[in-house]
Amino acid sequence: MEIPAELERTIDEVITHYPASKRSAVLPLLHLLQEHFGFISKETADWVATKLELQPINVLEVVTFYPMFRAAPPGQHHIRVCRTLSCAMGGSYKLMNDLCELAKIERPKHAGHGTPFTVGEDGRFSIEFVECLASCGTAPVCMVDDDFYENVSRESAAEILAKYHEASPQTVS
Amino acid sequence: MSNPSTTTAPPPVQLLNVQVDGVWHQFPKGTRVIEACTQAGKYVPRYCYHPKLSSPGNCRMCLIEMGMPKMGADRKPETGADGKPVINWIPRPQISCAQDVAEGMGIRTDSPMAQECRKGVMEFLLINHPLDCPVCDQAGECRLQEFSVEYGNDSSRFLEEKVHKPKHVDLGPRIVLDDERCILCSRCVRFTKEIAKDDALGFVDRGSYSTLTAHPGRRFDNNYTLNTVDICPVGALTSKDFRFKMRVWFLKETRSICTSCGTGCNTVIGSREETMYRQTPRENNDVNSAWMCDYGRLNFHYLHDERRLTAPLLRQADHTLQPVEWRKAFATAAQQLREFKGEEIAVVASARMTNEELYMTRRLADALKCSLVDVVPRTGEADDILLSADRNPNTSGAQLLGIGGDKLGSRLAEIVEGVRTGKIHAVVCLGEDLSEQGLDAKVLEELPCLVAMSILPNATTRAATVVLPGSGFAEKRGSMINVKGRLQRLNHAIPSPGDARDDWEILRDLIQALTGSNGLYMIEDVFKAMSNDVSALQGLSLSKIGDLGVQVVTEAESREVPKTPLETATAAQPT
Ligand code: SF4
Ligand code: SF4
Ligand code: FES
Repeated sequence: MEIPAELERTIDEVITHYPASKRSAVLPLLHLLQEHFGFISKETADWVATKLELQPINVLEVVTFYPMFRAAPPGQHHIRVCRTLSCAMGGSYKLMNDLCELAKIERPKHAGHGTPFTVGEDGRFSIEFVECLASCGTAPVCMVDDDFYENVSRESAAEILAKYHEASPQTVS
Repeated sequence: MSNPSTTTAPPPVQLLNVQVDGVWHQFPKGTRVIEACTQAGKYVPRYCYHPKLSSPGNCRMCLIEMGMPKMGADRKPETGADGKPVINWIPRPQISCAQDVAEGMGIRTDSPMAQECRKGVMEFLLINHPLDCPVCDQAGECRLQEFSVEYGNDSSRFLEEKVHKPKHVDLGPRIVLDDERCILCSRCVRFTKEIAKDDALGFVDRGSYSTLTAHPGRRFDNNYTLNTVDICPVGALTSKDFRFKMRVWFLKETRSICTSCGTGCNTVIGSREETMYRQTPRENNDVNSAWMCDYGRLNFHYLHDERRLTAPLLRQADHTLQPVEWRKAFATAAQQLREFKGEEIAVVASARMTNEELYMTRRLADALKCSLVDVVPRTGEADDILLSADRNPNTSGAQLLGIGGDKLGSRLAEIVEGVRTGKIHAVVCLGEDLSEQGLDAKVLEELPCLVAMSILPNATTRAATVVLPGSGFAEKRGSMINVKGRLQRLNHAIPSPGDARDDWEILRDLIQALTGSNGLYMIEDVFKAMSNDVSALQGLSLSKIGDLGVQVVTEAESREVPKTPLETATAAQPT
């Protein structure tokens, strides 16, 4: 694992925002590192602990607590399907099944220990259930990377996936 | 006398009026609401709160109803017909563990709202709990069981599938964790961070999946880990040494002290019939707070070593050691010792012996007219929590009783030299092994008289002419003085094996065989004689020492009793 000099400079600067306790810098640091690496590996988490003079367990607690931090590499495009009440009633479980089938990904567990998402064999897509995406009126909804999709049916799901196939035709090595 | 709690006048404390379940009480400012309730005789159930740790307020078991005085238009508390403040009750329950009492506060520990809260918390806690009480090692001393009986529901409404978590987790060399039983109170996390200064544990994942763990690849291994087993309110953390050895309700509890170092942590010995199964720390704020170290806690299995000496032994003409009756052993030892003049005899005693035994040692030396008496010093590495560098539990006692001169062990070299050169012909060795002082078996075997009192065989007992089997720390009564100069008591928890005897009685009978009856029949008589001879012990008796001990000499080692960050902060604040 290598941290580019510029990223480390940013990190060092961010730490100065928390003069009372460096511990408070855990979250911003993890965000910066996930932006750079796509996920927070064990080495990355331990690096943060060393950087902030914490025990590694203190950082691991934060990484595993927040669902937005990923402890394993996601696919090229990451799909989030809402499963909170309105979407659940509006068919999000069926949507999850459809997306998994179309993108050839094993369906993730609802929730539980460890990594909540699954990655397709070709590495193109990864998928997970998330809590409310704040669009109850247009259920079921999902996100692919930072793009938002409403009233997603099996047909529109296929179209959405095709779009990302075209956008990045090469498979990940 | 240097005990600050008895000599320094406490600063004046403001008393606050607080109503608990309809009755007005007064509590010193700074009292936790939960403690105030206990003091008022209204115990509030709790899981995460521990008086010696910080208060995260995370389990919600201690919810109560609380109110503050109603303020009139003049911003003064309104008073009712009884002249007491009228209380404005807060409509929501409050936790009682993270707040101090305030003037005019009202508390209801048992109102319908408080009762319903406890029932609710209990129901939530048991949702994913495996309910495996019949095979759980905590059964009988489990808060979850106890509070279920008192505040829980009689049946479960939960139909869904339970969340499963890691079981039989090998957390460290002395601890096994069952995560399904953990109620996430964080007592263990806080203990190891705040007291053991080893921030090793934490919770990963979230919600009902939250899981207690050490960092992957890191073992939970400091010298204080077993305290987490004591404070874990459930059967999640169990001691590898104790688990499944005995159901706790069969254990007899005896208050005693640890004898593995000079700190003398206060303990409770758990035994059944002839067997000691465990020892756990007992709170003493002048000694060990509520903790003890793993090394001391586990250092008792030698009591049940199958090699224990269980009968007096005499050297025979064919050089073998054969068991004999006590009377024969004493008569022979006395006969052998009488052969020599005082200056031909040396006594090597142990600072692991009690004051009573050391006092009898002094009388024995007097009876033999022997002045060459010393004890063996024993040191190790200290930590800055509890463990003392002095690995003898009663160095201060030996010093007070004047055994071994000003510096303990300073005469050992002279004794060793005397034995080597043949100047000394007789040695009485009490609870020590002369081979550790550089006298090998050959030299020892040549001594015409070597009387050895011990609980386990060693090079000295093997070379002895008379072997007197004594008792271990859990098998006898007596007192010791710790490194801080505090006189504390050992208590009899289990019988000595076979014909082994209490050490002070052995010494008494040996003296008697040498000089005739001495009027000492009970250990109380020994203490009385000792307190007449030693001014620092004047007016004391074994029963007056009490369970928490008394300060008798200036502390030899100034050592802080472990404090939490909170306690340190409050101690620094002017009240
Ligand atoms: S293991 Fe025990 S002490 Fe630690 S958090 Fe769980 S229940 Fe509390
Ligand atoms: S610190 Fe000393 S007295 Fe306390 S438990 Fe450890 S060995 Fe025993
Ligand atoms: S004891 Fe008060 S919240 Fe746990």
